Amino acid sequence: MTTTKLFNEYKELLPEKVLDDIKKYLPDKCTDAKAKIIFETVYGEYKRSIANPGESVGLISAESIGEPGTQMTLNTFHFAGVAEMNVTTGLPRLIEILDGRKTIKTKMMEVYLKKSHSSGKEVKKIAELLKETTLKEFLKEISINIMNMQMTIELDENKMKSVGLTTNKITKTLSKLVKGFKFKEDKKDPVIIVTPSSKDEALNTIYKLKETIKHVYISGIKGITQVLPVKRGDEHVIVTAGTNLKDLFKHDFVDTERTISNDLYEMESMFGIEVARQIIINEVFKVLDAQGINIDVRHIMLVSDAMTMSGSVLGINRYGIVKEKPSVLARASFETPITHIINASLVGEVDKLNSVIENVMMNQAIPVGTGLPGLITKVK
Amino acid sequence: MTIDENQYTSKKISSLSFGIMSPKFMKAMASAKVVTPELYDKEGYPVDGGLMDVRLGVIDPGLKCKTCGSKLKECIGHFGYIELARPIIHIKFINVVLDTLRCTCKDCGRILIPKAKITKSVEELERIGKEMGLEERRKHVKKIIASLKTINQCPYCQAKQEKITIEKPTTIMEAEKRLSPVEIRSRLERVPDEDLEVFGINPKASRPEWMVLTVMPIPPVTMRPSITLESGERSEDDLTHKLGDIVRINQRLFENINAGAPEIIIEDLWDLLQYHITTFFDNEVAQLPPARHRSGQPLKTITARIKSKEGRIRHNLAGKRTNFSARTVISPDPKLNINEVGVPRVIAMNITIPERVTEWNMKYLKQFVEKGNKEYPGSNYIVRPDGKRKKITDETKEQLLEEIQPGFIVERHMMDGDIAIFNRQPSLHRMSMMCHKVRVLPGLTLRLNPAVCAPYNADFDGDEMNLHVPQTEEARAEAELLMEVQTQLISPRYGLSIIGCNQDAISGNYLLTKNMELPREEAVDLLASVGITDFTSLTNKKMMTGKEIFSFMLPSSFNFRGNSKSMPEDHKDYEVYIRDGELITGVMDKSNLGEGSGLLLRNIHKQYGREEMVEIIGRIYRLGIEVLMKYGFTVRVSDTDLTTKANEQVEAVIKEAYEKVAEMIQQFKDGTLEILPGRSLHETLELRILEKLNKARNETGQIVAENANQETDTMTMVKSGARGNLLNLAQMSACVGQQAMRGSRIEKGYEGRTLSCFKKDDLGPEAHGFIENGFKKGLKPHEMFFMSMTGRDSMMDTALRTPKSGYLYRRLANAMQDLKIEYDFTVRDASKKIIQFYYGEDGMDVSKSEAGQINVKNIIRNLK
Repeated sequence: MTTTKLFNEYKELLPEKVLDDIKKYLPDKCTDAKAKIIFETVYGEYKRSIANPGESVGLISAESIGEPGTQMTLNTFHFAGVAEMNVTTGLPRLIEILDGRKTIKTKMMEVYLKKSHSSGKEVKKIAELLKETTLKEFLKEISINIMNMQMTIELDENKMKSVGLTTNKITKTLSKLVKGFKFKEDKKDPVIIVTPSSKDEALNTIYKLKETIKHVYISGIKGITQVLPVKRGDEHVIVTAGTNLKDLFKHDFVDTERTISNDLYEMESMFGIEVARQIIINEVFKVLDAQGINIDVRHIMLVSDAMTMSGSVLGINRYGIVKEKPSVLARASFETPITHIINASLVGEVDKLNSVIENVMMNQAIPVGTGLPGLITKVK
Repeated sequence: MTIDENQYTSKKISSLSFGIMSPKFMKAMASAKVVTPELYDKEGYPVDGGLMDVRLGVIDPGLKCKTCGSKLKECIGHFGYIELARPIIHIKFINVVLDTLRCTCKDCGRILIPKAKITKSVEELERIGKEMGLEERRKHVKKIIASLKTINQCPYCQAKQEKITIEKPTTIMEAEKRLSPVEIRSRLERVPDEDLEVFGINPKASRPEWMVLTVMPIPPVTMRPSITLESGERSEDDLTHKLGDIVRINQRLFENINAGAPEIIIEDLWDLLQYHITTFFDNEVAQLPPARHRSGQPLKTITARIKSKEGRIRHNLAGKRTNFSARTVISPDPKLNINEVGVPRVIAMNITIPERVTEWNMKYLKQFVEKGNKEYPGSNYIVRPDGKRKKITDETKEQLLEEIQPGFIVERHMMDGDIAIFNRQPSLHRMSMMCHKVRVLPGLTLRLNPAVCAPYNADFDGDEMNLHVPQTEEARAEAELLMEVQTQLISPRYGLSIIGCNQDAISGNYLLTKNMELPREEAVDLLASVGITDFTSLTNKKMMTGKEIFSFMLPSSFNFRGNSKSMPEDHKDYEVYIRDGELITGVMDKSNLGEGSGLLLRNIHKQYGREEMVEIIGRIYRLGIEVLMKYGFTVRVSDTDLTTKANEQVEAVIKEAYEKVAEMIQQFKDGTLEILPGRSLHETLELRILEKLNKARNETGQIVAENANQETDTMTMVKSGARGNLLNLAQMSACVGQQAMRGSRIEKGYEGRTLSCFKKDDLGPEAHGFIENGFKKGLKPHEMFFMSMTGRDSMMDTALRTPKSGYLYRRLANAMQDLKIEYDFTVRDASKKIIQFYYGEDGMDVSKSEAGQINVKNIIRNLK
C-alpha cells in the first residue's frame, strides 16, 4: 500500500518505462523498506545514466545511422514468401525517408478495419472494394458492329457481384465519364450498347473508344493498385499498394484511428506534424530492423525531431535542414558554397561562429563537449 | 629566460561579416597598383607594378616583402589592384544586377513601388526575416521582384519602362538595345539606399553599383605561387595566367581609348576584358568556353578553388593535414592489452613528444639528449624558450647538453606508456578513433589486440592504420580521458559492448567451458600463460574442470544469470549461472562473450568499471587462444563428409523437389496453376518454384545438421558462433542452392533461355540457376556460371552502395553536428532552437544504459 505512495513520489523523477518495469518486477511480498531501497537504487542508476550537458548527441545519432548504412543492401528484394507486397527497403528507402521526398517509390497503406468487420469473412470482399478498378476488369467481350455503328460491351457478372456493381451502375458511370457517346443497358444480358451521339467520323471515334474505354475508372479508391488481406494477430488487415487516405476514410468500415500510410506528406496533411514525426521514426526503425541492424530509438527520434522541428517536414539536404542553419560558413561547407557566400554578401550577413564547423575552420575550440564550458574570469 | 609576454597575443574570432568590397575599399586595401602584365625582368627579379610585384608578398627565398618587411613564409601577402579602363559586370552578381535593373526606374532609379507601399513592404520583410529566418526573407524578396517585372511605368517620374532581358552570360538588353555596363552602373548608382532594402540588399554591406567593377583587386602572390621546374623554368599559377590576360587587355583598352580608336575595336576589347574577368572568377560559366592552358586543360580559377571536395572549404578548412602521425600495415598481437598499440621502433624514433624542462626533471630529460637521435630512447630536437629549434645530432648534443636549462623543451622519442590516437578509415563512428597506450616493439607493423578489430572494422589482409600523437598536455589529457579504449567499450548506438571476443577466442572458451577436464598441472600452466599469478584460490583437486579454470578470469564477487544460445534449452548448460565469481553452469559462447551481444560483458563493465573490463576481456581472449594452442584446432576436409545414407537423403530431397517443380511447370502450361492474388500466372509460377527450391535447400541443410559429425572443429565453430553457420556447412557438403538475382531466379541471357546449353523456354531448376551440388563435390560448368553471375551482382551492389551511403552519412552528419545537450538538458541546435526538451524523452545516454534501458529486473534481483 505504501508502494503506491512510493510510485507517486517517483512519478516525476523516473521515466514511465522504468516505473512500469518496477511495477512488473517488484516482488509480491516486498516490505516497504525494501521497496524504498529498490526505488532509491533504480533512481540512482537512472541519474547515473543521464547524458552530460555538452554531449554532441546530434553527431552520435548521425554516426549511429550512417555507420550501419554501409552494411545495408541496395537492392529492393521481396522475400520468396507466397504473398508479399514489393516494398522499397534497405538503403534506398532510408534515403527516401531522410530526404523527405515528396514522391516515394512504393506507397503503401495498412488499412485496419473496425472490430465488426475485421473478423475475416468480409475481408476479401472489402479488399476488392478498395481496389481501383477500370472497365477492363469487368469485360468479357467488346465488339463493334460496323453496320449499326455501335459497340457492344459484354460484362462479367461474377466480377461485378464481387464488388457489388450492376450493369446499370456501370452504364451510369460510363455515361457520366465518357462524353460524346450514348450508353444503353441491354435488358436481358449484362451488356451495354454504345452509340456515338454525332454521325461524323463515327466509325473512327468508336474504334478509338474501344481502347480508351478499357481504362475508364469504375469503382474502388483511386490510387490503390493492389490489395492484400493479411492476418495480424487475430484480426485481418488489408495492405494496399498506393495510398489515398482521404477517400479511404469515407468508408465507415475503416478504423481511422489505426490505419496508416507510409507516405510522410500524406500523413502530415491528414494528421499533422506530430504524426509525421512518429511515421519517420517508425519507418526508419522498420528499415533498419529488417536489415538486422541494432540501433537505439533515441537516435532516430532525434533525427526525426530535427526534421520536423520547424513545423513542416524538412529533408536532410541542402534544401531542408542545412538551409535553415544560421551560419554562412556551415552552409557553405556543405554544398554550393559560392551561392551561399554571394547571398550572404548582399544581406551583409554576420556569422556568429557558434556552431561546430566554422570553429573548425577558424582553428578554434568547438562549442561542444569539453569546448563548451568557459571561464568567468577574464583571461588576458 | 622567460617568454616575452608581449610577443604573442591570443585572440578569439567572435564573428565574421560578409559584404561586397567598394572600389574605395579595394584601393585602400591594396598595397600596389598593377599596371603591366610583365612578371619578371631580365634578371628574374619581379617587375615593379607587375603581377609578381614584391609589394604583393614574396614567394622567393631571400627576397623581402616591400610592404611588411618580412621574409618568405612570414609574409602572408598583400592585395594589389588594377584600374579597369571600362566597367565590367561581376559574373557572380549578374542576376542581382538584372533584378535590380528590372525593378527600378530607368530614369530616376526609384523602385517601381508607390511610396505608400514601400514602408509596408520593408516592414513585412523585416518581420519575416525575424520570424522565419533569412531564407524565408530571401524567398519573399524573390516574390517582390517577380511582381515588379510587369510594371511599365514609374510611379514617381511617370517614365515609361522598357523590358529588360539578358543574353547569357553577361549581356543585358533593354528593348533590343544593348545596355553598356557604364549605363548599368550609372543606373544602379541612382537607386537610393532605402529602396534597396526591398530587394533584400543591405546598403551597409553592399551597393548594387559595386557589382559592376571599376577597380579589380589583385590577389597576393602568396596565394598563386609559381613553381620552379627541374629545368629551371618558372611555371606560373593558373590565376597569374588569367590575371596576366586581364592586365594585358586592360592596358590595350586604355591605349585604344586614348588613341581614339573606332568604337568597334573598343567594344571588342571591352567584351574580351569582360570574358577574361568572368573566367577569372568562374571558369565554368554555362555559355562561355572555358579558358584553357596551351595544353588544352581548363584553368582552375577562383570558383574552382573554393568549391567541391577538393576546394578550399572542404579540403583545407573543414579538414586539415597534420604532423606527428604515422601509418603502416597492421598485424594482430593478442599478447598486447586491448588498450595498447604496438609501435615499430622506427616510428617511435621519428615521432617525438615535447617535454618542458623543469628543475625537477632536468636530469631525466638530459638522458634523452645524451642518447642523441640515433639511439633509442633519445630525442630529436630541443626548443629554446625563444622558439628556436635545434636538431640534436652527435655533433651538437654535447653543446646542447650544457645549454639546457628550465624552460627548454626536449622533444624526446615516443616511449612505452605514451598516449597515441589510433585510427582506421573510413572513420564512420567515434570508435574508429581511439586512444591507445604505446608499446614500442621490434618489427615494422603497427600491432593491436584482435579484440579491438570490431570497432575499427579492421582485419589483417593488408589493412593500414594511422597513429597520431597529441603534442600538448591538454590534448593528451583529453585523449586519455575521453577517447581511450576502455571509455569506448559500450557502443552509443545500442548500449552494448562492441568489444568482445571473436573467432578463436570464442571457440577456445567454448571448448574449455563445455566439457573439458584437465589435470591440475596443465590447468596451472594454462592460467599462467594467460597472465594469472595468484593461485591462492586454487583447489587441491587432481582434475580441474574447464568451468573452474574459466572462473579464474572473473572477479570473485561477480554474480550473473544469462543464457547460452549454443545449447538446447533443456540442457543444464543452457543457463549461464555465475555465483560469486564461480561459473556453475553454462557454456561460454558468442552470446556471452561476443561483440555486440553479451550482457555478461555489459554487466562486468557495470559492476567493475572499464579498467577491470579491459583486463578481463584481455585475459579471456588469451585464455581462449591458449586453450586452442594447447589442444589443437583444425578444419579438415572430412569435416564436411556425410554418411552414404545422408547423401542419399540429400539426393532424394533434391529429386523430389525437381519432380514437384516439373509438376508445377506442367500445371502452368495447362493453365491449371492456382494464381496468387495480385500476381500474374507466370509470376505465381516463379514464386512457387523459388519457394519450393529454397525449401529443398533448407531440407538438405537440415539433413546435414543432423548427420554431420557433431564433434568436428567445424561444428564447434558453428555452434559456438565463432565463425560460420550451418548454411555454410550445408553448402559445402550438400547443396549450394538457388542463385537469386533481384529476388527472382536467374532470367538473363539469351532469348527464352539463360545459356545456350539449355532448351528454349526451359523452366526447370537447372536452367535458372539452381545449384544442386555442394562446394566439395564441385559445381557443373553452368552452375559455376550462375554462381559468378550472382557474385558479380553482389560486387556491383557493394560498389554502388558505398558512395550512396557515404553521401547519406555526410548529409546526416552535416545537418546534425550542431545538436548538443545544453546545461538545462534540452537538445538545441546552433541557433539555440529547441529540438528536444529532454534528450530521447528520458535524458538517458545510450552508452551509459544497458541496451537503451535500465535493467530494473537485474537491480531487484541483485538487491535480494
